Amino acid sequence: MSNLHVPNPAAGNPEGSVPVRIPVPAAAQVSLQADQPISAVRRYLLSRGSSSVADRIFAGIMLLCALVIFALVALIATELITQSHLSWHAFGLSFFYRFNVDPITHLPLFWDPVNGIFYALPFIYGTLITSLVALCIAVPLAIGLAIFLTEMCPRWLRSPLSFFTELLAAIPSVVYGLWAIFVLVPLLRDNINPIFIRIFQLPLLERLFGWTHLFGDNGLFGGVNLGLGLLGAGAILAIMILPIIAALTREVMSAVPNSQREAALALGATRWEMIRMAVLRNARIGIVGSIILGLGRALGETMAVAMVIGNSPEIHLSLLSMGHSMASVIANEFTEATSDMHRSALIEVGLALFLVTIIVNAFARLLVWAVTRGAPARVQ
Amino acid sequence: MAARPRQNLHSAWRTVKDHLATSLAILATLLVVAPLVAIFFYLIYKGASSLNLAFFTQIPKPEGEVGGGMANAIVGSAVVLGVASFFGIPIGIGGGIYLAEFGRGTKLANAIRFTADVLNGVPSIVMGIAAFSLIVVPMHHFSSFAGGVALGIMMIPTVTRTTEEMLLMVPHSVREAALGLGVPNWRSVLSITLKTASPGVITGCMLAFARVAGETAPLLFTALGNQFWSVSLNHEISALPLQIYNYAISPYDDQHRQAWAGSLVLIALIVIAVSLVRFFTSRGTLKGAS
Amino acid sequence: MGVAIEVKALNAWYGATHTLQDIELNIPANHATALIGPSGCGKSTFVRCLNRMHETNPIARVTGTVRIGDLDIYNDISPVEIRRRVGMVFQRPNPFPTMSIYDNVCSGLKLNGYRNRRELDEIVERSLRSAALWDEVKDDLKKKSGASLSGGQQQRMCIARALAVDPEVLLMDEPASALDPVSTSKIEDLIFQLKSQYTIVIVTHNMQQAARVAEKTGFFLNGRLVEFDSTHKIFTNPSDKRTEDYITGRFG
Repeated sequence: MSNLHVPNPAAGNPEGSVPVRIPVPAAAQVSLQADQPISAVRRYLLSRGSSSVADRIFAGIMLLCALVIFALVALIATELITQSHLSWHAFGLSFFYRFNVDPITHLPLFWDPVNGIFYALPFIYGTLITSLVALCIAVPLAIGLAIFLTEMCPRWLRSPLSFFTELLAAIPSVVYGLWAIFVLVPLLRDNINPIFIRIFQLPLLERLFGWTHLFGDNGLFGGVNLGLGLLGAGAILAIMILPIIAALTREVMSAVPNSQREAALALGATRWEMIRMAVLRNARIGIVGSIILGLGRALGETMAVAMVIGNSPEIHLSLLSMGHSMASVIANEFTEATSDMHRSALIEVGLALFLVTIIVNAFARLLVWAVTRGAPARVQ
Repeated sequence: MAARPRQNLHSAWRTVKDHLATSLAILATLLVVAPLVAIFFYLIYKGASSLNLAFFTQIPKPEGEVGGGMANAIVGSAVVLGVASFFGIPIGIGGGIYLAEFGRGTKLANAIRFTADVLNGVPSIVMGIAAFSLIVVPMHHFSSFAGGVALGIMMIPTVTRTTEEMLLMVPHSVREAALGLGVPNWRSVLSITLKTASPGVITGCMLAFARVAGETAPLLFTALGNQFWSVSLNHEISALPLQIYNYAISPYDDQHRQAWAGSLVLIALIVIAVSLVRFFTSRGTLKGAS
Repeated sequence: MGVAIEVKALNAWYGATHTLQDIELNIPANHATALIGPSGCGKSTFVRCLNRMHETNPIARVTGTVRIGDLDIYNDISPVEIRRRVGMVFQRPNPFPTMSIYDNVCSGLKLNGYRNRRELDEIVERSLRSAALWDEVKDDLKKKSGASLSGGQQQRMCIARALAVDPEVLLMDEPASALDPVSTSKIEDLIFQLKSQYTIVIVTHNMQQAARVAEKTGFFLNGRLVEFDSTHKIFTNPSDKRTEDYITGRFG
């Protein structure tokens, strides 16, 4: 009947000639109908165990893989903390706000590896200013794009356009940096910065708003116009975080139920009024979340910034001045760190960056989740 | 009677605002599309004119000399990415399977999902420091292995999340069919669910691969870079993005030219991966799933 | 050959919902038994308790005894093992989308490690013949994907898939509800032929279907088994007023 070699207990095998190879619990072997002969297929399947051990091992391995994600965060945190111990021990919290004064020029001195001076203030300043500039440019554009895509865009254009913005998100940082060096920086230097410089040196504005110190030669657009610097870094960051903000904003805006839009239109609202009242108001928490997520990306962005920001550990009000960001100083100095203290200080900067981006990202994720989760239920 | 003109004026103003908003949204869209088009234009214009056979077959010439290529960087990228995929893809897929098949709806799974999203946002330079202190410090030298680990860590959260999403697309009825036949759960997950979702899972892995393929920051102090041939896991190695970075900030025109060519190669790889992912996810359900 | 099923004090829950309450029932061997009732009455839950598919949902819970043949399926045996003995056909055809027709039919064997090529060929042919699908698909068994068949063919392929593991009981959860009338009548013919060899339990919302294929019929309402008797008696002279109301179309 069969050429199968199926294990079988001595009792109750109607054919009786099949050799026993694997011991199997007797209970599993009993046919459901004890008095009838069983087929080869049935006998084979009866010989297979319940696989509960294999199932448990498999589930365990999969759980382990998932837990790796927790472990990684913990591991990164411990490494950063232990490796930055030296600097933390030497400077404590003052690492983040103190500075020395140069005895000759009387200018503040923050970071001088040769003389063992390590204060991180200019990097924090550079990171904050470039991220702020990036947000100022990217947020209005991203929201405009999202509104266009969800509310106005003809159907045929929607898919290619969102694909394009997705591509923008996938371009490597170093390619943005390359483009910024050879295209964006000259463009800023020769065409865009002069306009701002002209505006910020208008005598009328200087007289009216001089008390803000933002105007004139020492103002926001004072100093030498090289193209490189905080503004350039902020501009390239803006292009890089735009697709992230736009994509998430679009997501939360499409989660707004259509009934809300229809209600507004039924009241006689124009399209813009409908967008303002129904869409933006309902999606505002999610939009804020996506902006913060973009901020998280801007804070940690490394290569493009390092290629454009000018790499000097100073603090100047002017957006045209050179600067340094937390990420860019690590990228620039880590391999050439002159001493253990230097390296430790850089790792402490990295630790600060890690903590800040984790907090910013967690906060943003929670906001976005709060809005998009349960959205399908509401749509129905 | 007097109210009529004012009302008309008001409604005209509302219409003007509406048109204004529409134009602003369109303007924003154009301003977003402009840099993208500019970047692609420059990449193709500068990159294509610089690509030649030498680029793919020769190693860099000494500083300032014209010619040479990025062959060692391309091979180096392959080595580093091979190490990264070796760690990142199996662990990531395993994590995704846990989230979709075992942990669905549990607090632990939600916490893992959340942590994966947060880990995704950790700056790549921080991953570089972590790999540096985990591997370079104990081994006392830079190595392609350390670079691979740094990139592998970055792949895990992405692969986990896309695998989870792709597995969730497999209809429940397919799982039931397998369980109803008395197939053990592990077999059903691997041979039925994962296999059904495999086009999506594979492209998800390609997406993660393409993302880290362009990463420079984590390699700066792990793989370090190398002007010569190397395929050893134990030595410093060059990689395409590293070489692009070094050439971009160098003062020589010929190296700028090669940086553009390298960028074009890198982008081509990424665009292909992103298009594939888009193709599979836009279909909503996977092949044959009814 | 089929075996009898004996159900005692069966209760089932989905989360806090008590979907089955104190079901007592004896299903005879080698006959077709139909379960009817309005949707949500628990009849699907009931058949899913007979091969322990109910508990695949994490919030589901079962108590009571189900004996299939000589085995208490909730105590003597693991869920995986009982499902190899009790075949199931689902409401919607659910072929494995990545597999050919051939692989679909023998998936229950292959995925359990059965490797004998020659035997597999035989089993696939026998199962497809039993499911009245052989003539329609024999030429491209390994070329065509299981998902490329029509809905009715897919469902017959799923029946063949269930038959290939040589089950002792065949559970069918509204097997024709997603099919057109022609496919439905083919499935019904099939049940008629199969019931001499297998114990068949078929859930249906279609009373004519129950009357056509089953010897015994059970009527479920609100998670309880209201009446269980010969099909003839249920449809001509039910002893419970609620059964009468249901089959005469007064509700449901």
